[in-house]
Amino acid sequence: MATELTFDAIRLPPECEALRQDVRAFIAKEIDAGSLDPHGGGIDGAYSADFSRKVGAKGWIGMTWPKKYGGHERSFLERYVVTEEFRVANAPVRLHFVADRQSGPVILKYGSERIKADILPRICRGEVCFAIGMSEPNSGSDLFAARTKATRTKGGWLVNGTKIWTSNAHQAHYLIGLFRTSPPSKENRRHGLTQFVVDMKTPGITVNPVYQMTGAHDFNEVVFEDAFMPDDHVLGEVDGAWKQATSELAYERSGPERFLETFYVLTELVRVLGQRPDTRGAEGIGRLVAQVHTLRRMSVSVAGMLHAGKEPVVEAAIVKDVGTIWEQELPHKARDLAAFVAPESANRATFEERLGYAIMIAPKLTIQGGTTEILRGIIARGLGLR
Amino acid sequence: MEAENLVAETARRILADVADPQSANRAKDDAWKGPAWAALEEAGLTLAWVPDALGGAGAELADGFAVLREAGRCAAALPLAETLLAGWLLAKAGIASPKGALTCGPAREGEQVTVSGNGTMSGTVRAIPFAKGAKHLALLAQRQEGGLVVALLDASLAHIGDGTSIGGDPQNRVSFKAARPSAISAAPAGIDGQALLLMGAAARAMQMAGALEAILELAVHYANERVAFARPIGKFQAVQHNLARLAGETAAAVAAAGSAADTIARASSIDEAVLLEAAAAKIRVGEAAGEGAAIAHQVFGAIGFTQEHTLHRFTRRLWAWRDDFGNESAWAVKLGNLVAAKGADGLWPMLAAR
Repeated sequence: MATELTFDAIRLPPECEALRQDVRAFIAKEIDAGSLDPHGGGIDGAYSADFSRKVGAKGWIGMTWPKKYGGHERSFLERYVVTEEFRVANAPVRLHFVADRQSGPVILKYGSERIKADILPRICRGEVCFAIGMSEPNSGSDLFAARTKATRTKGGWLVNGTKIWTSNAHQAHYLIGLFRTSPPSKENRRHGLTQFVVDMKTPGITVNPVYQMTGAHDFNEVVFEDAFMPDDHVLGEVDGAWKQATSELAYERSGPERFLETFYVLTELVRVLGQRPDTRGAEGIGRLVAQVHTLRRMSVSVAGMLHAGKEPVVEAAIVKDVGTIWEQELPHKARDLAAFVAPESANRATFEERLGYAIMIAPKLTIQGGTTEILRGIIARGLGLR
Repeated sequence: MEAENLVAETARRILADVADPQSANRAKDDAWKGPAWAALEEAGLTLAWVPDALGGAGAELADGFAVLREAGRCAAALPLAETLLAGWLLAKAGIASPKGALTCGPAREGEQVTVSGNGTMSGTVRAIPFAKGAKHLALLAQRQEGGLVVALLDASLAHIGDGTSIGGDPQNRVSFKAARPSAISAAPAGIDGQALLLMGAAARAMQMAGALEAILELAVHYANERVAFARPIGKFQAVQHNLARLAGETAAAVAAAGSAADTIARASSIDEAVLLEAAAAKIRVGEAAGEGAAIAHQVFGAIGFTQEHTLHRFTRRLWAWRDDFGNESAWAVKLGNLVAAKGADGLWPMLAAR
């Protein structure tokens, strides 16, 4: 049956709870020390070299990777706990988050031995920031339209072209780039693209800021002009990147960051409505809590399947589809529910500030990392409709 | 999904045989229900939650919930959930379950049955599912001198009104005056009106999750068969995206209901974790039922709106089941008040503990 969906009631094992307490104690200490502001302005994960180093020292980056490369050989479920606790605490994990979630695993699977030995231990120590160089001015959701070209030269490749919407590129030490190494074949338009690890210090790379509508600098344009990539910086098969992308996406799509990005709005809503909300407020909170509880149970279920070595591609796409729609609607629902809050409520200013921020960033939630439309296409394929 | 345990597998097989939605829909009358019930009773499924010593099959709570998901998958017009719940309630008070269909109450918030000093019961309860046709009622009642009891009442001693839910199943007002129960026993600690509603909510959530799985399968199948504008309608992106949303709502329902059932099955009492999980499940599954039924009907168009098609067997029950044992709004107010009372900083720890 194509419509079978598996969401078993998986619970995090006891070792996760002990770890959770460690993470919370660490967060509490960092808040006291002033290096983590749970109500901070920037919100979605600030960049802090100091904080990332401390997290690395705790052993909470590259948790599931082999010890040989600086990893800790812990379970995927333990990593889940660290991710969700940091996300809810608004921890400044921007430096290492992408490297830990997706760049490291790709290198681990497809990187040359030299690259693995060089880069992975530094990721684990929280020293290395990665960016993802996929989108181009005329290639967003349609990745296989990428035109930035890598051409053969002695000992490697020369890259020319432009990537865009590249988050963190101005702070990143490395980027994983998707470049065209051959034209698409007649039978397979996905053929001809290759993944590379790009050292951002390489001559011929220029990073230009693209400011976001919130005023923040996150996006960049990355221009490559005869930038040289050594042969051992190729990840996996030349021309075969399309084969490498699919199963890892389940990790990227189903994590707690796919429904908790605006969670602070719910916390502040509960605070602003007080301990004895009216019926409307209570009902509103109750529904939102039921919804986010369900999302977390779905996400943990997918994590459990990944942990068990399964590839729940459709289930993961569903978590991101339903989860990002929810976190996008949350600020608007919170705004409605707080409409009659007394002006003197204790945290009203904090609530309004964070609400305003969440409303502004909400549109990106259903775009980044795979749009709603792309996800629904994947789900439809899984249902046997395509 | 494959049924993971033998009990659910047995239920699936028997239900396919005796309560297949196509045949039930074509049936001219209710004559099929008698043999169907007998087959379920024979297999021990109706009293799955009653220990051997009290006349039941002594299955695990998890097994019973899995059976209810199967029953939802065929929109079974039978009092399986009601009998399971009644058996559970009676067993909690050490009362043996008689044979035959049972139901339980109160099934709505704020209703009360009283037991007077001489041991007779009086009261009115509304909207009791499958009261018409039940042989006995399992009731949670307030003793006049204080304390809750569980009572087993012969249905012939009660006045049972007519009426059906929008799902087409009996849903009746039940009243009785100085009726003498055939068994009565103090409710154990932790078994109260809210506990019964939470069990009922989790049971209905499982049925609804099963029904949503069924309509997803029906709708996808139909979209691949039905041709319009020279291609199957499932090839149109607009239809694909609607079905993807239906899959998302179904997934949410399966996850929420399954999590609540699992929590109850592992809990030593109906505690705060059960309140969070079962209330959340009834809320979220109820929302999914509304959204999901609307999408399925949109996919089927006019044919799905006919008596002849089986879709209504599922969608009408999905709408009706939302209201039993507390609707989304009622549970949301309760859950919202719990969260508010704990305070903002208690919210995440409460969620993360699940």
